[in-house]
Amino acid sequence: MKYSIHVNGAIKRVEADADTPLLWVLRDTLNLKGTKFACGTGMCGACTVHLNGAARRSCLISIANVGSGVVTTIEGIGDTPVGKKVQQAWLDIDVVQCGYCQAGQIMSAAALLATNTKPSDADIDHAMAGNICRCATYPRIRAAIKLAAGLPMIDAREADA
Amino acid sequence: MKRLEITAAEPAGDGVVHARRAFLRASAALGGGLLLEFALPVRGFARANPQSPAEGGVLGAYVRISPDGLVTITSKNPEIGQGIKTMLPMLIAEELDADWSKVRIDQALSDPAVFGRQVAGGSRATPLNWEPMRRVGAAARQMLVLAASQIWAVPASECQTSSGVVRHAPSGQTLDYGALASKAATIAAPDLKAVTLKDPKDFRIIGTPQRGVDSPAVVTGKPLFGIDVDLPGMRHAVFVKCPVFGGAVNHANLEAILAAPGVSHAFVVNGGQTFDGLVSGVAIVADSWWAAARARRKLEVDWNEGPTAAQDSAGFAARAAVLGPQPPELSIAREGDVDAALAGAAHVIEAAYSYPFLAHAALEPQNCTAHVQDGKAEIWAPTQNPDSGCKIVANTLGLAEADITIHMMRCGGGFGRRLMNDYMVEAAWISREIGAPVKLLWDREDDLRHDFYRPAGFHFFKAGLDGAGKLVAFRDHFISFGTGGKFANSAGLQPVEFPARFVPNFELGATLMALGVPTGPMRAPGSNALAFAFQSFIDELAFAARRDAVQFRLDLLGPPRIYAGTQGPNGATPDFDSGRMRAVLERVADRSGWRKRALGTRSGLGAAFYFSHLGYFAEVVQATVDARGDIRVDKVWVAADIGSHVINPMGAENQVQGAAIDGISAALGQAISIERGRAVQSNFDDYRLLRIDRAPPVDVHFVISDNPPTGLGEPALPPVIPALCNAIFAATGKRIRKLPIDRAELSLA
Repeated sequence: MKYSIHVNGAIKRVEADADTPLLWVLRDTLNLKGTKFACGTGMCGACTVHLNGAARRSCLISIANVGSGVVTTIEGIGDTPVGKKVQQAWLDIDVVQCGYCQAGQIMSAAALLATNTKPSDADIDHAMAGNICRCATYPRIRAAIKLAAGLPMIDAREADA
Repeated sequence: MKRLEITAAEPAGDGVVHARRAFLRASAALGGGLLLEFALPVRGFARANPQSPAEGGVLGAYVRISPDGLVTITSKNPEIGQGIKTMLPMLIAEELDADWSKVRIDQALSDPAVFGRQVAGGSRATPLNWEPMRRVGAAARQMLVLAASQIWAVPASECQTSSGVVRHAPSGQTLDYGALASKAATIAAPDLKAVTLKDPKDFRIIGTPQRGVDSPAVVTGKPLFGIDVDLPGMRHAVFVKCPVFGGAVNHANLEAILAAPGVSHAFVVNGGQTFDGLVSGVAIVADSWWAAARARRKLEVDWNEGPTAAQDSAGFAARAAVLGPQPPELSIAREGDVDAALAGAAHVIEAAYSYPFLAHAALEPQNCTAHVQDGKAEIWAPTQNPDSGCKIVANTLGLAEADITIHMMRCGGGFGRRLMNDYMVEAAWISREIGAPVKLLWDREDDLRHDFYRPAGFHFFKAGLDGAGKLVAFRDHFISFGTGGKFANSAGLQPVEFPARFVPNFELGATLMALGVPTGPMRAPGSNALAFAFQSFIDELAFAARRDAVQFRLDLLGPPRIYAGTQGPNGATPDFDSGRMRAVLERVADRSGWRKRALGTRSGLGAAFYFSHLGYFAEVVQATVDARGDIRVDKVWVAADIGSHVINPMGAENQVQGAAIDGISAALGQAISIERGRAVQSNFDDYRLLRIDRAPPVDVHFVISDNPPTGLGEPALPPVIPALCNAIFAATGKRIRKLPIDRAELSLA
């Protein structure tokens, strides 16, 4: 099947079977390797992309279901003001250990901050709990989201701990 | 091109890794500039000669300075998220007096003949490289200074360096390293043992937080990892192994698979019985990974499951319960007379502890890209141990090691799993069979069901306290895995396991059960399980003695003293300095407000310490348990002594926080259960990794001591698990003796 999909501001023509997950179209057809495969079942968030601005697991979206949706990947998120800020905060805080999950983390964080400019710790938990970091860089992910949002980088939960 | 070689004096060494000769080579790099090579060839590893600069430029070189002043430093070890690609070059750059902002880092190829040990394992890179890497930088700096002094015709002793510039103070002349590089390349490289190292008070890079060198590429989604490799004409493969460990293919419906869309090859591989090698399975090769994975759903295999199909976790637990009270098969350590001391003790405490098999669950599934043709192999692998993989590929495919090139790709997590290279030999085999480059990629289910698991274990403790609450007798019967008196991989116990040597009457014994399930090292191997059992039971003893849990441990450690290392069944053990452990324990008690902290209902603090990988770690956990038994870890405090310098404080804090949360994640929810010889769990729904909403803040504090710096990838993990379990006891009065923690037992309902 032939599809035209909207990825990072451009129309891409791809040929793929209808059930092919968007993840594999991005990685192997469009050579956008930043979106990662880790569980294949939507449980870890490593493959998170934006579909019409919302964080979605690209391993669960078939190419046939992308339709006219606007897809943004880690390669394109830096072109948005929020995405750029989030990437810079990730560098400033030095979040990365192995780095494998971080594209997905950044995509989820950018989706959060696009709709909630001053997230609480609970908001961060809610938006980010779908993204596993096996290296457990969670304290720095939290700090980086707050830095990107211009919030004080304390963990409010520490006040009562 | 001119090439100089100097052989340094042979350093004495009697360890497993022998540093025989130190080579230092200087030569003109391509296009002019300084190129410096340094290597500690290792016995048994030496193979290909380093490629000469004329042929390939910088292969094997540690330092290259181009005329424009760019300094390129090679990082020799695999990067698995431990930050080595930033940290090792920092050591060179410090002594080189480079401007860190102008340093570029290259990842080395696997070539032990040039680079010595290239392994991410055992937290050993820091102690092994702390001095050699600095000597490389110092040698390069010395050559640049000499070059400047010759140009200016002044004594080298009048020249100084700072941030990439040589300065002649009396005349005020300066030259930057780029301008000196070509001249420096003509100077004989110095004897590495004779170069002068900096006074640590002059360090400008070591001890200063430096961000990860690959992080800009990570956050923008650049291809870095093994899974991102793409070659012209590359095919995609899956490899299906028997769910029962050691099982083999009798028959598979290959015709049906070959008829599936996109599939070009489907064939049976007749492997051997060595898990860290090629085992039996079915390879499916297709145009895309998705096509191969989809075809796999139609695969029907008749397996010869073999004898391991009779094994399961419940059977091991039942057998351990029978063996525990019996005399042990092996005596590991024995001091004094435990039976007599128990008979005379005021209190005798007995408890049984157990923990499950664990999977590494690195987020990047195992993968490897290989191209085997004309008797040569080129391999791109996320591996912690490339040379071991090279040997396995060489032996299995009948290739010469010198004809195998291994690119060490950034690893999406390691945790010990990628010390094994089964996926590497699978990719190489498939590539040779199909005559094309191929990327093999496992799915999550393959990864969790074909791991080298952290071994399960069972401990039967018995200890005695005298009337004053002092520990007078301690015994552990460890039920583990192995055959013929030899422990399975990473399933052992050393005779110095604490409190060995700190109790007058002490016995460690072990009994081994045969196991068909592969086991292997996982982050802080051995320690990650033993710390839980021993430091939890010691907490029970403190409670029975009616002593504060920290004070009881301090009393047990006694006055500061160095306990010499010894030879154990799993190799030599290092010296243990009880003073260093006392210091971190006192510090963590101080920082956590131990004994002073106000705590809510069903909240508690727990403490533990553990020595592993040469690091001294004491940790306190605050946990709160609600009425349903749900556990919230409120905060973790870590005090650590890893020597005189924390080389990169930026990475160090991250490693410690990650290790602590990793340990909590395992304790709260992880287990691999074996049923009929298979691993039951298969994905993140039944093998649960902790998520951000459960991740506590982790306070990290380093106690600086006058000792050589040691590694940090592992030693922060072991004590957090008993500290958590001891906190749960303080909060609820329920002792956690079995992992993972069963919340139902903590419920008030």
